[in-house]
Amino acid sequence: MIKRMKEKIIHGLFFLNGLLVIAALLGIFLLLIVTALPAFKEIRLSEFLFTAVWDPTSYARPSYGILAMLAGTLLVTCGALLIAVPIGIGTAAYLAEVASPRVREIAKPVVEVLAGIPSVVIGFLGIVLVGPFVARIFHTSNGLNALNGSVLLAIMALPTIISLSEDALNAVPVSFCEASLALGASRWQTVILVKIPAALSGIIASCMLGMGRAIGETMTVLMATGCAQAMPHSFIDPVRTLTATIAIELGEVAYGSTHYYALFAVGLALFIITFMVNLASDVILHKYQNVVK
Amino acid sequence: MKGYIRLILVAGLLSFSATGQAKEMIQIKGSDTLINLVQKLSEVYMQKNPGKYLSVTGGGSGTGIAALINRKCDIADASRQIKGSEVEQAVAAGINPKRVIVAVDGLSIIVNANNSVKQLTFDQVGKIYRGEIFNWKELGGDDEPVTLYGRQPNSGTYDFMKEVVMKGDYSPRMMQMNGNAQIIEGVRSDKGSIGYVGVGYVKNATGIAVINIARSAGSPYLSPLNTDDVVSGRYPISRPLNQYLAKVTPDIVDFIRFELSPEGQKIVQDEGFFTLPPEYVESNQAVLGK
Repeated sequence: MIKRMKEKIIHGLFFLNGLLVIAALLGIFLLLIVTALPAFKEIRLSEFLFTAVWDPTSYARPSYGILAMLAGTLLVTCGALLIAVPIGIGTAAYLAEVASPRVREIAKPVVEVLAGIPSVVIGFLGIVLVGPFVARIFHTSNGLNALNGSVLLAIMALPTIISLSEDALNAVPVSFCEASLALGASRWQTVILVKIPAALSGIIASCMLGMGRAIGETMTVLMATGCAQAMPHSFIDPVRTLTATIAIELGEVAYGSTHYYALFAVGLALFIITFMVNLASDVILHKYQNVVK
Repeated sequence: MKGYIRLILVAGLLSFSATGQAKEMIQIKGSDTLINLVQKLSEVYMQKNPGKYLSVTGGGSGTGIAALINRKCDIADASRQIKGSEVEQAVAAGINPKRVIVAVDGLSIIVNANNSVKQLTFDQVGKIYRGEIFNWKELGGDDEPVTLYGRQPNSGTYDFMKEVVMKGDYSPRMMQMNGNAQIIEGVRSDKGSIGYVGVGYVKNATGIAVINIARSAGSPYLSPLNTDDVVSGRYPISRPLNQYLAKVTPDIVDFIRFELSPEGQKIVQDEGFFTLPPEYVESNQAVLGK
């Protein structure tokens, strides 16, 4: 009887925990909507979404367009993924298939430590190391641009991608490998044609999580991408991301002003983007899982 | 192991709360231009007055004044004057900010050390930052595109440039850097760069050149490193560096008096800024009393 009660209580406790996470998510979403909505009393939605100039403290007339910042965020994030995904999957495949157990035991924790480096430190690295390097390669006068940010965010997304991809590769049943090798495939063919496709759902999910980290990162891009407000035209243009704008301006904005609400609207836009990325990764995860089963 | 960690945490929390009650900490927050100076001043002050505690953080003038209004700090450092809208908010929050001037700054326009342009007029600086001049050859320099380095909107220096020098909006192509030190870092490594920083930051910097500024085309070109020109206001972009006080308590007044004392003003000079001319000394006395 007491045992049953205990079971029930623990069951309820876990249920409450799960509920708490959902409540927090809904709460944040509602808070964002409620604080963002007043912004649109004075800003037209079309101006907010489709114009490129963001200058709420303008000398002449304040303007609130997020297009350039949106482009900046997407540019930096896509660049980061282009760099991090091949390197990340390659490293994961090496750790899972090629590396001796000893190497793996040392290398994996080292990769995971990379995730613990504070973003300010990575941003500083971007200013003194990656920036000058990028400038020399592309013959630009400085290295504060989207590419610099992409390289740094790639470094920050790598631990997530490597660690989760390796787990996914290790989770592929041994029988798959054995069957492939028995049919005469080489180890390279087995990894590329059998193991990676079989682990694809986990790998894609790891990339999406890495992307989520890259979109939300603030300090690093604030320091390393130049933060110019003009619309970027290439990877070697300076960009200002959505996160950097919120971080720079929220500290000093007058409470209750249009500018204040507009910053929450920027936050809402960011929230919607990350939500869609996560949703997409979830859908992909389920779809491929069903295929493997 | 776990129990041990918990014990340390609890002990830490207890000692923290105990000391938190015993000490009256003066919180100072704001301008990045002032932060090194005020940190140095507070260090010396705390050494001389055991038992007094000050904490100095940056974030920008706008951030400091916002913190003052939200009662998150006692003194706001500001490299610009408080805005009318900010005074209204402060009054609404029941605070009447008092202004003290602690030093004078010659806002310095800096370029890369290899730039052949050595002097500019007030007007030309405005044009460059409004994005109306694209290449150094338009100013008699090399054929090199201009890269603009500036501060972020929470900076008082950002506002000061916009309101006083440019009288217009910054070019959207300007790089918005996170502090004076980062502007120096950027200008040092970029051939076509131009930036603006408080004069305290150029003293020990290498790889940069300080531009001499003329009020208008016919007038003499003056350097922000020359004390007389800056303090007298002949240098066209000199400005007072302010501290706004949320309340005038004996503890705060004691620290401000130290800042304004000969010893404090010696530190101001050592940090590369300038001591106060008589009219500022008078306006300070009006706030603090004799």
